[in-house]
Amino acid sequence: MLIKKAADIPSSEITPQSAYLNRRTFMRGAAAMGILGLGGDGISKLVAPRRTVAADSKLTTVPSPLSDKGETVTPFQDVTSYNNFYEFGVEKGDPLHNAWRMKTRPWTVTVDGLVKAKKTAGIDDLLKYRPLEERIYRHRCVEAWSMVIPWVGYSLSEFINWAEPLPSAKYIQFLTLEDTKTMPGLYQINLNWPYSEGLRMDEAMHPLALLTFGMYGQVLPNQDGAPVRVVVPWKYGFKSAKSIVHVRFTAKQPHTAWNDEAPQEYGFYSNVNPDVDRTPWSQKTERRIGLPFWKATQPSQMFNGYGDQVAQLYAGMDLKKFF
Amino acid sequence: MTPQRLLSLLKGVVFLVCLLPLGLLVLHGFQNNLGPDPIVTITHGTGFATLRLLVITLAISPVRHLWVRLSWLIRFRRMLGLFAFFYGCLHLLTYVWLFSGFHLSTMIADITKRRFIMVGFTAWILMLPLALTSTKWAIKKLGGKRWRALHRLIYISAICGVIHYWWIVKPGVRTPMKITVVLAVLLAARPAWALLQARRSGARAPERA
Repeated sequence: MLIKKAADIPSSEITPQSAYLNRRTFMRGAAAMGILGLGGDGISKLVAPRRTVAADSKLTTVPSPLSDKGETVTPFQDVTSYNNFYEFGVEKGDPLHNAWRMKTRPWTVTVDGLVKAKKTAGIDDLLKYRPLEERIYRHRCVEAWSMVIPWVGYSLSEFINWAEPLPSAKYIQFLTLEDTKTMPGLYQINLNWPYSEGLRMDEAMHPLALLTFGMYGQVLPNQDGAPVRVVVPWKYGFKSAKSIVHVRFTAKQPHTAWNDEAPQEYGFYSNVNPDVDRTPWSQKTERRIGLPFWKATQPSQMFNGYGDQVAQLYAGMDLKKFF
Repeated sequence: MTPQRLLSLLKGVVFLVCLLPLGLLVLHGFQNNLGPDPIVTITHGTGFATLRLLVITLAISPVRHLWVRLSWLIRFRRMLGLFAFFYGCLHLLTYVWLFSGFHLSTMIADITKRRFIMVGFTAWILMLPLALTSTKWAIKKLGGKRWRALHRLIYISAICGVIHYWWIVKPGVRTPMKITVVLAVLLAARPAWALLQARRSGARAPERA
């Protein structure tokens, strides 16, 4: 791999970050004025959808046997401009517009609850803890759209082993950043903040569950959950908590944000299941992002197609009841 | 320019503006620029156009009452209402085509199972007789009184449309609030106006005596 030496770029040519950010703020203001001029941001979004993303630092990865083969990867532009991250707003484009304000350094993850000893890890130590693998996974949102994303990270089980939970720990809970200064969405929707998600310990220890630091060979963009998130590919996307600051091991099933909001719609397990739709819409099909509208719709798969690997976790369970 | 010419010119402009949401969708469709989730872009585009046009149609009567000089706005009401129905049909078509793939059994199962589809479909059904009786001939045939009574269905249709919107967003999401408030104000304006009129005539009565 060719790594460009830092000396190739004279320091005088590097734009100071503050100037870069100011420029962005200015452009945002200019864009906002344009929007007012047009008399509605719906129109401006239709006329000139914002689809630009700043490139970020590269990550070195090793290949993984757990990566999907034969799937067409969704364009980077779509993955970074169309997603849910409610802390930054309830519309799909909001995370791209607002997430740049989030500061991802310094960043620590605190581990407590049923562990040998409370621990805190810096993000850069976590990044170096195990070799980073590239894992191409299907990603299925409960809103019935899906993507194929090349994530970068290592199995969550590695992190759990480092955390040293006690044998009494049966569940893992992820709590994510709640920062009123940088997250306008906290005022837009009254979820039980901070966002909380959880897994049963055997689910979390499954090698497919990924502690994720990057995608497309680079550091995670803020809007996709920087600097560290989990990815649980056989569950609906909201189970994969973003921008994690706190991990807690518990004996009882932890509360989770969407389950608190609407327990009849969003169960604790939330495995992808075309036969169970608790949401107002059907889960039988999904729209693959990035395809033209006449080709986008395709059938959804049980456990998002990862049934061979994960179905045994739920042997004997009534998945209509534990949805 | 005669007022008559001006009015027809304005009608032409309004007609073109009403075609804009569809025009933009078609343009972006040809440019392959309907965003990451084109089906949702089309569905939301036609749905919002329907709701907004319904609300604009409902705004005409209160505005005329408030400013008598704007009475001529009534000349635009039929066109706006018909455009609301037109976008409602396109919205229904996105469901029938893009979401159900023209499978009747899927649709029947959906309509009976999913309340947001049921209420949305009701909103469309209620618009249907209004669109069919929008001609001068139909007004004459029905008689003004009966025609007006029938066309009050637009209130229920608009309410169903807004409920449809609330039932499709995730719990806790408040994006339908804006249009809900606008519709509530427009609907409340009608009894409020009637009450005001009744009071005015009541206050004048002793003078007349």
